Amino acid sequence: MDIPYAVEARRDTGLTNGKIGIWLFLASEVMLFGALFASYILIRTGSPSWPRGDTILSVPMATFNTLVLISSSVTMVMAWASLMRHRFETFRMYMGATILLGLVFLVVKYFEYSEHIHAGEVPSHSNFLAIYYTLTGLHMLHVAGGMAVNAYFWGPGAKLWKTNPEWFTNRVEHSGLFWHFVDLVWIFLFPTLYLL
Amino acid sequence: MDTTTTDHAADIDRHVRVYITVFASLMVLTIVTVGVSRFHFPVPVAVTLALLVATVKGTLVACYFMHLISEKKLIIAIMALTVVFFLVLVALPILTVSDGLGIHG
Repeated sequence: MDIPYAVEARRDTGLTNGKIGIWLFLASEVMLFGALFASYILIRTGSPSWPRGDTILSVPMATFNTLVLISSSVTMVMAWASLMRHRFETFRMYMGATILLGLVFLVVKYFEYSEHIHAGEVPSHSNFLAIYYTLTGLHMLHVAGGMAVNAYFWGPGAKLWKTNPEWFTNRVEHSGLFWHFVDLVWIFLFPTLYLL
Repeated sequence: MDTTTTDHAADIDRHVRVYITVFASLMVLTIVTVGVSRFHFPVPVAVTLALLVATVKGTLVACYFMHLISEKKLIIAIMALTVVFFLVLVALPILTVSDGLGIHG
């Protein structure tokens, strides 16, 4: 039995179920990160002193990671555009680049975390580090999750392209929406934690 | 290649040009964010500037990479409602401090 409204839009919403589903999920994600941003504001405004992020964290590493994540967003959208033009091999190239850029982000983050942990700067060290690890840790989990989904569409999930290219294109678009959201969260995390 | 296919291809080409422009803008704005932070403005000014640039960048990502600018009204309504709730959520701790109930009150 086929999944209904995976390709054709529903008459009541004018959207496919997948499209409305991913946007509702992203709305819940906004509230999840919103709760953590609110916690950050509460802890920071309630603290007698608060360090500037650049006195503890590495701004060059984070700037590099910001550029990496923005680049991965453009390769993701280019992967979807390639499918829209029925260029499957180009899609694989861009999707592969997106996954690799995600990996670069995580590797840089690993070095950043290692540096702090070796210096004894663990979450229990200060409120600043506690909220830093919480926010960036949750964000890293999202990067890893997005990479896993993208890797599935790059590899075994790509079989769908042969049998139902429109559905596959929609699925890649939905995966892309999640990936862009992960980029969007980092765009706010970067100045909040590293520069202020 | 028929006319519809040509139009579709031209449409995607136009989209790709927009993606490249947005990408370049995001790169420049990232450098601007880091550059501004080096001036060591007072905290309220620094927060306002950093969040202003981040909001512009976030809007570019949402509107063009996530195609929110050309999305159906239902999606825009869902996200607008989410943004309202998000703003209430982050405003609550600020209000708690500013009305004298916080530690510094």
